Amino acid sequence: MTSGELTAGREREERGRAPVARVRVPGQSWRGDLRAVKIVWHRELIRFSRDRMRILTALLQPLLFLFVLGTGLSRLAAAGTHGVDLRTFVYPGVLAMAVMFTAIFSAASIVWDREFGFLREMLVAPVRRSSIVLGKCLGGATVAGFQGLIVIAMAGLVDVPYAPLMLLEVFALQVLLAFAITAFGVMAAARISQMQSFMALTQMLVMPMFFISGALFPVSELPAWLAVLNRIDPLTYAVDPMRRVVFGELDISPAARAALDPGVTWFGWHVPGLLEAGVVALLGATMLAVAIFEFSRAE
Amino acid sequence: MTAAVSVRGLVKRYGDVEAVSGIDLDVQAGETFGFLGPNGAGKTTTIGVLCTLVRPTGGDATVAGHDVARERDDVRRNIGLVFQDTTLDGYLTAEENLRLHAELYGVPRALVPDRMRQVMEMVGLWERRDALVRTFSGGMKRRLEIARGLLHSPRVLFLDEPTVGLDPQTRSSIWGYIRELKEREDITIFLTTHYMDEAEYCDRIAIMDRGRIIVVDTPEALKASVGRDRVQIATDDDEAAISALHERFGLEATVAEGLVTFAVEGGGQFVPRLFAELGVPIRSVSVSRPSLDDVFMSYTGTTIRDAETSQSDHSRQFARMMSR
Repeated sequence: MTSGELTAGREREERGRAPVARVRVPGQSWRGDLRAVKIVWHRELIRFSRDRMRILTALLQPLLFLFVLGTGLSRLAAAGTHGVDLRTFVYPGVLAMAVMFTAIFSAASIVWDREFGFLREMLVAPVRRSSIVLGKCLGGATVAGFQGLIVIAMAGLVDVPYAPLMLLEVFALQVLLAFAITAFGVMAAARISQMQSFMALTQMLVMPMFFISGALFPVSELPAWLAVLNRIDPLTYAVDPMRRVVFGELDISPAARAALDPGVTWFGWHVPGLLEAGVVALLGATMLAVAIFEFSRAE
Repeated sequence: MTAAVSVRGLVKRYGDVEAVSGIDLDVQAGETFGFLGPNGAGKTTTIGVLCTLVRPTGGDATVAGHDVARERDDVRRNIGLVFQDTTLDGYLTAEENLRLHAELYGVPRALVPDRMRQVMEMVGLWERRDALVRTFSGGMKRRLEIARGLLHSPRVLFLDEPTVGLDPQTRSSIWGYIRELKEREDITIFLTTHYMDEAEYCDRIAIMDRGRIIVVDTPEALKASVGRDRVQIATDDDEAAISALHERFGLEATVAEGLVTFAVEGGGQFVPRLFAELGVPIRSVSVSRPSLDDVFMSYTGTTIRDAETSQSDHSRQFARMMSR
């Protein structure tokens, strides 16, 4: 990177005017792109920290799912859960859900950026478009990760022990999921210029993905059509390892474990957690690549 | 010295619509160059090509010595942009908006604080640097955008309709900043406007209409080229008046802005003859010295306001395309 210099126009000084701090913009370099990634990421954090409503929603939504839905349904389901509190069962699903909705909201902001014109300021900058897209995805993942931490902190409320390794694994899965979801959102946002359309798309895709993923029910012995949908749903592969990690720390009967945490199977084969995480990572990386391609192509 | 902007045979088509139909143009370094024309004339499209935002269909263009199609990043590093619509982040403060710009453009960190202060003081917003931009008025936002466009010391600053939608007072203050900027920075300013009075601030003007450049010259030379005064009359029978003007005085008149309009030398002395000899009742008359309006009229045969009405369908179509 060529260093910039502060050259005061000599003639101007002689004429008694204030010297002009002249900036020499350096040529393209990976450091320049890194700075772009960082500032786009930073902007997401600043905006999140200023948005009190969003922070409040971030707190409220998991509580709603855990304690209103969880408590309400547990009155019905006590017999089928082998003595495990339904709130505990739902908890891994809520861990996934929390980051999912925050991440999709972060991605939606790129549609706002387009509507309010700010996207143009970023797209005309002399940096690779991939830096902008990457910064955006990392920003969304970070904000969603913060939301994830809030839900992780609630573990004690649903009788899940604060085991350090479990917390770490859950958090890693959350950040991975958040990144994949933001990448998906940014990819969609490349082709969608109106907020209403983006919201419609999310309603159409994200809600079904959440319900089908098994965040709210065990994924074994499902009717065939639902089992197929469930195995196709990418979110399944984020929810399942989270449940596995959380249930690993629970003191419950083997029967309860088998019923509530059966694990995802492909044609009878138990898919290992690491592979599941790999599926999420691969999907995330693919969607990121498509998003970068889409934005690089756009004028 | 190389030209700051150089355009040869530039064409841009959107489907069947030709927005820019082969224009040539040279802007010297240090010049303030104005693009004047009604909405939909192709000004914004041309600026879009020069800023690397629109890919040309044909022809060549270089900005600051770099080809706009092949060396996009080099062009981008050397230009500042102020668009018609605001491109600020309202949820960030003024300073954060500028800092973001500095980071995106790779302004050396050690220079950022000084340069930031300098450009913000230039537009009188240094005191408001910690305020959220969404609390700013339209004029303040435009000033901040100008400051931001200058932050990385571009060689060419593009201003697309910099004063559109602003009240007259704010408009003149924006022009004050632009003039001051010209004195303080080594910069070429390329702007578009459809306000005639603003074009007068430019060193040279290109009049653009329907995708073509009609004429390029200094405002003074353009006005001198018209030479004649503009006379507008309101009559009971415009058609009869137009044919009478043609038959009795040999003058070509048209209806513009609802008035019979024609140009004549020594307009003041002509009015008594007009009343005596026209033979069509006249309800009111106005005589004006040539302005850029008349220049536009004499080169395109229509006033800029009428041109906008007839082309507004066109321009809406372009606006849709451009907003993609």
